[in-house]
Amino acid sequence: MTLMGTLVTGAIVCYLAGALAALLGNDRWGRILGAWGAASGAAISLSLGMVALASGSVFSAVFDFPSLTGFALRIDGLSAPFLILTGLVGAASSVYGAGYSAAYTGVYSLRKLGALFNLLLLTLTLQVMADNALTFLLLWEAMSLVAYLLVLTEHREPATVRAANWYLAITHVGFAALLAMFFLLSAGDLSTAFDTLRANAPVPTQRNAIFILALLGFSAKAGLIPLHVWLPMAHPVAPSHVSALLSGVVIKMGVYGFCRIVLDLMSGGPAWWGGLALALGVASALFGVLYALMEHDLKRLLAYHSVENIGIIFIGIGAGLMFQSYGLMSLAALGFVAALYHTINHACFKGLLFLGAGSVLHATHTRNMEEMGGLIKKMPRTALMFLIGAASISALPPLNGFASEWLIFQTLLGGSHIPEPAVALMIPIAVALLALSGGLAMACFVKAFGITFLAIARSPAAEKAHEAPLSMQAGMGILGLACIGLGLTPFFVVPVLGRALAGLDRLAWETTVFSLTLPLNTPATFGSMSSPLLAAGLLILLGLIPLALWVIGANRRTRVGDTWGCGRIAQTPRMQYTATAFAEPLRRVFAELYRPTKDLSIDFHPESKYFVQSIEYQSEIHPWFEKLLYQPLIGIFHRIADRVRWIQAGWLGLYLTYMLVGLIALLVLAWWTP
Amino acid sequence: MRLFSKILSVGIVTEPLDNGGEEVELARQVAAKTQKLLGRAVGIREVDAGSCNGCEIEITGLTSPIYDLERFGLCFVASPRHADMLLVTGPVTRNMEVPLRKTYEATPDPKLVVAVGDCAKTCGVFQGSYAVVGSVDAVIPVDVFVHGCPPEPSDILRGILAALDRLPPK
Amino acid sequence: MSAWFVEIFQVVFVVALAPGLVGLIRWIKARLQSRLGAPPGQPYRELGKLFHKEAVVSKNASWIFRFAPYAVSASTLAIAFLVPVLVVPRRLDMVGDLFVVVYLLLLGTFWLALAGLDPGSAFGGMGSSREVTVAALAEPTTATAIFSLALGAGSTNLGAIVAAALNDPWTVLTPGHLLAFAALFIVAIAETGRLPVDNPSTHLELTMIHEAMILEYSGRYLALLEWAAWLKLFVFLSLLANLFFPWGIATTLTPGALSWAIVTLLVKLALLAVVIAVMETRVAKLRLFRVPELLTASFVLALLAITSSFLLR
Ligand code: SF4
Repeated sequence: MTLMGTLVTGAIVCYLAGALAALLGNDRWGRILGAWGAASGAAISLSLGMVALASGSVFSAVFDFPSLTGFALRIDGLSAPFLILTGLVGAASSVYGAGYSAAYTGVYSLRKLGALFNLLLLTLTLQVMADNALTFLLLWEAMSLVAYLLVLTEHREPATVRAANWYLAITHVGFAALLAMFFLLSAGDLSTAFDTLRANAPVPTQRNAIFILALLGFSAKAGLIPLHVWLPMAHPVAPSHVSALLSGVVIKMGVYGFCRIVLDLMSGGPAWWGGLALALGVASALFGVLYALMEHDLKRLLAYHSVENIGIIFIGIGAGLMFQSYGLMSLAALGFVAALYHTINHACFKGLLFLGAGSVLHATHTRNMEEMGGLIKKMPRTALMFLIGAASISALPPLNGFASEWLIFQTLLGGSHIPEPAVALMIPIAVALLALSGGLAMACFVKAFGITFLAIARSPAAEKAHEAPLSMQAGMGILGLACIGLGLTPFFVVPVLGRALAGLDRLAWETTVFSLTLPLNTPATFGSMSSPLLAAGLLILLGLIPLALWVIGANRRTRVGDTWGCGRIAQTPRMQYTATAFAEPLRRVFAELYRPTKDLSIDFHPESKYFVQSIEYQSEIHPWFEKLLYQPLIGIFHRIADRVRWIQAGWLGLYLTYMLVGLIALLVLAWWTP
Repeated sequence: MRLFSKILSVGIVTEPLDNGGEEVELARQVAAKTQKLLGRAVGIREVDAGSCNGCEIEITGLTSPIYDLERFGLCFVASPRHADMLLVTGPVTRNMEVPLRKTYEATPDPKLVVAVGDCAKTCGVFQGSYAVVGSVDAVIPVDVFVHGCPPEPSDILRGILAALDRLPPK
Repeated sequence: MSAWFVEIFQVVFVVALAPGLVGLIRWIKARLQSRLGAPPGQPYRELGKLFHKEAVVSKNASWIFRFAPYAVSASTLAIAFLVPVLVVPRRLDMVGDLFVVVYLLLLGTFWLALAGLDPGSAFGGMGSSREVTVAALAEPTTATAIFSLALGAGSTNLGAIVAAALNDPWTVLTPGHLLAFAALFIVAIAETGRLPVDNPSTHLELTMIHEAMILEYSGRYLALLEWAAWLKLFVFLSLLANLFFPWGIATTLTPGALSWAIVTLLVKLALLAVVIAVMETRVAKLRLFRVPELLTASFVLALLAITSSFLLR
């Protein structure tokens, strides 16, 4: 067996062993061994991806397992980045989960959790290797179901069940679309190898249908607007290390699938494909961050940010597709590289943030930011990790979010090369909206970090918070380091990703475009940025400033006193700015989009209305366009369900009759058709 | 445009400060180091400890073009954290005792206190009221008293400059 | 070697002159108000005083509060290193382009906003909330203006943009260029907290944006933050001056070219200072919820700039 074959087998064995250990072991050992299995499996996935990338486009191995007929696996340059992010986030969250899931002991089944966690990692690892439609679809469904069961971990909470049902429904809408798409693509034979599909191109009308179906199916998984509704429901209710995996990896499978089908198998299409993907991406980026801003549930806030970042990734992909259709190949490659880079980056920082949020949840038993505060003193390491994640997702230099967003901006600036002015004019609008969502994301994470970790504790629970156990800190540490590392090495990451993509033979890749020199130069030296130099410069300046203070002999005395509050007698947590108040200006600015409901009730004193006894103010924001879209659909389903209810009588004889009738009908059909 | 033609026709109206000085009473000698440090740039925080607001009206006059305290490098600041000098008016009422002390504590060292108006020294017409704690120096250490009910802006300015030991030569 | 020396000199020059520019604006404003006013050197004295005072820190604050002044001044200094002030081509062009400058600005805002929240004071929270709102809403304009500048120069690198404008002086008068200038000028005003977006000399907490965040700071911390804010103003104005009216900037490292560059820069900045002072005398502060309208207007300007450069290509 080759090295990669060994690694694949090793990963499968590790995951399966982990799942078995979790199932068979007791609460303590099962949890720990299951986590070990998952962590070592994920480490192997990671190294698998690295080996695939390092060996470059040359290596592509086909694994056929005779016992599983029709099951085909293959690793190429497009799979490798996704293997890496699965491995990174998987390893971190399994280490973290070892400590985190201890809180479930005696409440919910740890065995199921451990086993399913391993299985999810297994399906994710295999998913990106699938080399024919059958394998792809089987793994896709398995992954969706395992994820569904994991979301259901806290199954005694009604909100959890509701969220899981939404997830199941939407993911199956997506699955149906994918099924239809693959039938069209492979002309009915699902076991045709992808290589054959790559060679024979379908007719244009079919191609358009395939593209629409692929977009529908994969955006349901990725959480692109308008199929994003399950994200903010399912991610918060899942255990936090599972949320990290859901948000970091599972939704990325949508990105993977989209790239695999549209770029690899179909080799791009007309410009409107890219334009549609770009438009959906921009809409997702903006709406995701706008709703995140209004959210006070820490994990829901993060989930909405996943919508935003998936949007950013699709902006890159859409731009790439557009450039490809206009024959601007190096720009197209740049778009895809930027999208892939952002995919990995988002997996790292969003995984980190979910793990951080999990630690907060672990310590305070609440997800409501209004009840937190002052946690930086109680859990300094978690706070530091969350801060790194927050800075990365806000695209602050020199961390990883900045590197990939900068690359996406540079790609979009290439839009001026598009020959049609009407199309080219859309690009600056996309640039502006992307910039707006970047700025809003910064605002949102100032809120998320500031309200959660800074100032005074807002509730007794937050006052009694404690630092997370070592395993959880280690899990966060892995991703924190990854965020810094990926941020400092774009000069290395970008060429590697570019080479891997070039291996697909779909994008002409000029190897000279990205050289391995320190600054990152884009085609035609459009802009340059060097995050290692930037980081070094910032560090040097940070050291020089205190030195300068010392040289000029500045007063170093510091006295600790009360917070200044215009001389008021005492400070209470209620005097602080709340998350709601913090986001209020932006809510007013975007009131048209939010359409908040307001409910003000004032209790007057019976004697005179100049004396108020109590004031109650309630304001809620319901995503109105979701209602507009989903309410009619749900209504239709209800009506259909009402109509066909009589079929279900709950009487065994009737069901047996149904089966018999079905069987006869099938036989007749088989007899009639030649 | 009318605004700017008016600006041009009015010109500079700031009056030079002469050296009077009976209204200013030095309560404590300021250390030479403080004088040297705060000599040219002073942030002033105004604290109304319970005055009738007569003194405040005069203090507001300080920022007008006629008196223009900015020419001496003085300015009013928004927070005691930024301040070097507290300008306290009125007798200290019971409600303002703690806030006054807190303001004093919130001001970083070195700092100066100028008490403005007769009330600040003697409690004036409010003397003996049940709502009054006492003069300003009963609560925080005072460097300079400025007499008058209310004192003129130029007297207040002289008081501030006396605290800094920067009065124009006689 | 001498090239690197000039780079360092440039930053020292900017850092040293930044308080003077603010002093100049204040002095002109005082004159416009018929006052004698403080001499333009007053900000230096204020800094000197603040550096020698003790610092009072809230007992609720964490290390974020103490670290933020250093982070803010480091990011602002980094911007000062990246922006062409006296010389093109830049040695440091490869470190960062205009996008990097914009995101370094956001980095400073991020830290300052966190520091505003840290002591748990309502004023600080209010300031942070408003600051991030204004910063976020200014982003689209900035990005679009960069886009239009990059269209002309074929690069987002600052040195390249300036060099392109130098090579072809007539681009300066194209409508795209002028519209982008207007858009970026509004952004500069919003970002540096000048009227009509924010009033740098307000004393009423409820109307503050920038001031509210630094209300808790004292001593050396305050001095660093003030200096950083002034530096930001200086850098923004010289960026505007050099991106849009690059005449006079040195292209060689001879002492003559350099001193001519210094003189022209000072003249350009003095002109901008007069413009700002006159404007601040004329306009009143906008209500916070009118600020988005101003920023939207600037965004429309930037978009028009791009459209015109597309059409006139
Ligand atoms: S001194 Fe006179 S003007 Fe001042 S507070 Fe007292 S009574 Fe009012």
